[in-house]
Amino acid sequence: MIHFENVGLRYGMGPEILRDLTFDIPRRSFQFLTGPSGAGKTTLLKLLFLSLQPTRGLIRMFDRNISSIPREEFPMLRRRVGIVFQDFRLLDHLTTYENVALPLRVRGKEEASYRADVLELLKWVGLGERINVLPPVLSGGEKQRAAIARALIDRPEILLADEPTGNVDPPMARRLLNLFLELNRLGTAVVIATHDLSLMDQVEARRMILSQGRLDIYE
Amino acid sequence: MSDSRTKRQTNAPEQAGEPQQRRTEMRVRPTGPIVPSSNVSGHALMCVIAIMSFLACLTLGGVSMVRATAQSWQSQISREITIQIKPDDSLDMEKALADARDLALTFSGTTDGKIVDRAATARLLEPWLGEGLDLDELPVPRLIIITIDENNPPDFASMRKALTETIPQAFLDDHRTWVDRLVAMANTTAMIGTGVLALVFSAMVLTVVFATRGALSGNRHIVEVLHFVGAEAGFVASEFQKHFLKISIKGAGAGGLLAALSFALAGFWQSRTLATPQTDQATALFGTFTIGYGGYLGIAAIIVVIAILTTLTARLTVMRTIYEIDLIRSDPGRTDLYQS
Repeated sequence: MIHFENVGLRYGMGPEILRDLTFDIPRRSFQFLTGPSGAGKTTLLKLLFLSLQPTRGLIRMFDRNISSIPREEFPMLRRRVGIVFQDFRLLDHLTTYENVALPLRVRGKEEASYRADVLELLKWVGLGERINVLPPVLSGGEKQRAAIARALIDRPEILLADEPTGNVDPPMARRLLNLFLELNRLGTAVVIATHDLSLMDQVEARRMILSQGRLDIYE
Repeated sequence: MSDSRTKRQTNAPEQAGEPQQRRTEMRVRPTGPIVPSSNVSGHALMCVIAIMSFLACLTLGGVSMVRATAQSWQSQISREITIQIKPDDSLDMEKALADARDLALTFSGTTDGKIVDRAATARLLEPWLGEGLDLDELPVPRLIIITIDENNPPDFASMRKALTETIPQAFLDDHRTWVDRLVAMANTTAMIGTGVLALVFSAMVLTVVFATRGALSGNRHIVEVLHFVGAEAGFVASEFQKHFLKISIKGAGAGGLLAALSFALAGFWQSRTLATPQTDQATALFGTFTIGYGGYLGIAAIIVVIAILTTLTARLTVMRTIYEIDLIRSDPGRTDLYQS
C-alpha cells in the first residue's frame, strides 16, 4: 500500500533528519514506529500523511508516485489516511460530536446519513456521554479519544497515530490499543508512533525503530 | 479504583441498552457552523466595516450634494440673460423696452421675457440712492430679464446684433463672465469632492482588506484542520466566504443605514427650520440635505461593494493559506510559514 525507497529529508540547509529509508507498509498490517525523542518519528508520519515531501527518494502511496500527483488531488488521497495528531488538533468551538463528524461533513455528506455512525463510534471510544461537550472541557484522555474517533470515522485504509497513549492512564492506553487492534482486524493498516515500551510489549507486532535518522525494522 | 468503579457503574445501564436513557444522552445539539459565528476578531471586523461604510456613504452623499448645489448655482445664472437699455432723450423707454423684449422672444431658445418695472428698478437702487427715488430725474438704465432654455440656448451674437440695430441703446448681458467663473468654481468643488471620495474609498478598500486578513489570521488553525481532514480548498474557502459575507453585510448595512438615516434627519431638520438665518445659510452653501434616489442607490452600492470586497479577500486569503501549507509540504525548509 505504501512504499518508501531511499527516502531522505532535511529541513532547509540543515542535516538530514531521515536517511535512506526503504520499507513497505502492507495492507491490513499493524506496526509500531518507535525511537528516542527527536529521532524523526513525527517527521516520518508527516511524510506518510503527505504533509511533507521528501528531499530525495521515492514514495509510492496507493500505487501512485506522490511526486507526480498534482496538489489538487491531495485532499482525495488524505481521505484514505486517518491521522491522530500528537496535539489532537480538535476545533474548540465544535462539540465532540461535531469534531468527530468533521471529516464526513467536509466530504459533503448529509448529517442524517452519518449521525448514527458517529454516535456509535463515540460510544465505542467511551465518549458516549460527552457528545455535546466542547474540547476545552474534555480531559487529555478524552481529547485523545475524540481525535482517534475523528481519524477513524471515515474508515481510512491506513491509520497513523502520533503518541496516541501519551495522555492517558495505563487502563485507557490498553483500551485504546484494543481499539486499534480491532480496527486492524476490520482491515485498516495501523502505524502507531510511540516510545511507550509497555504498550508495545502488549502486542506481537512489527517494530520500526528510528535512530539517528535511520530505520531498522523488526518483523 | 473507586473512580473506575464509578465509571463502570455509569456505563453499565448504557451497555445494557436502556433505550429511554440512551435517547436522552444521545440528543445532539444542532450542528454549529465550521467557522465560529462570533469571536473578538469577527466583532472588531464588523465594527471596522460599519465605520468605513458609514464614512464612505457620508462622503458619497456629501459630494453628491455639493455637486448638485454647484450645478444649481450654474444653471440658475445661465437660465437667464439681461437686456439693459440706457436712457436717451430721443428714446421712448417704455416702447423700447417692449420692442426689445418682443425682439428677444422671436429667437428660438427664449421662453419668457419680463420687464423690470419702474417700482422694481427703484427697489433695486434703494440701498444706494434711498427711498422715494424718481427715475425720471436720473439717467437710470432699465432692465429686461429673458428666461432661456439652458439646454437649447439662443444665438447670443445674432440677438445682440439685432438688438443693437433696432435699439442702439440696448446692451445684451448673457452673464458669460459670471457663468464662466461659477462653472470653474463648481467644477473645482466637484473635483475636490471626487478627490475626497476617491481617498475615502481607497482607505475603505485597504481597511476592509487588511481587517479581513487580520480576522482570518486568527482562524488559520481551522483552515489547517479542515485541510488535513481531507477538505478541498474550494470547500474551505466557501465556508469562510459565507462567514465573512454575513459579517460584511451586517457591518456595511449598519454603516449605510446610519448614513442614510443621518441624511434623512438632516433633511427633516432643514424642512422644519426653513426661513431661519442658520438654515438659509446652510441651504445657500450646501443646498438641501437630500440625496435623492441616486444617493440612496449609491449607499446600497457601497454596501454591495464592501460585501464583495470582504468575501473576495476572505476567499483569496484562505486559498493563500492552503497554498502556504502545501508550500511547506513541497519545501520543508519553509518553516517560516508554519504557525502551529
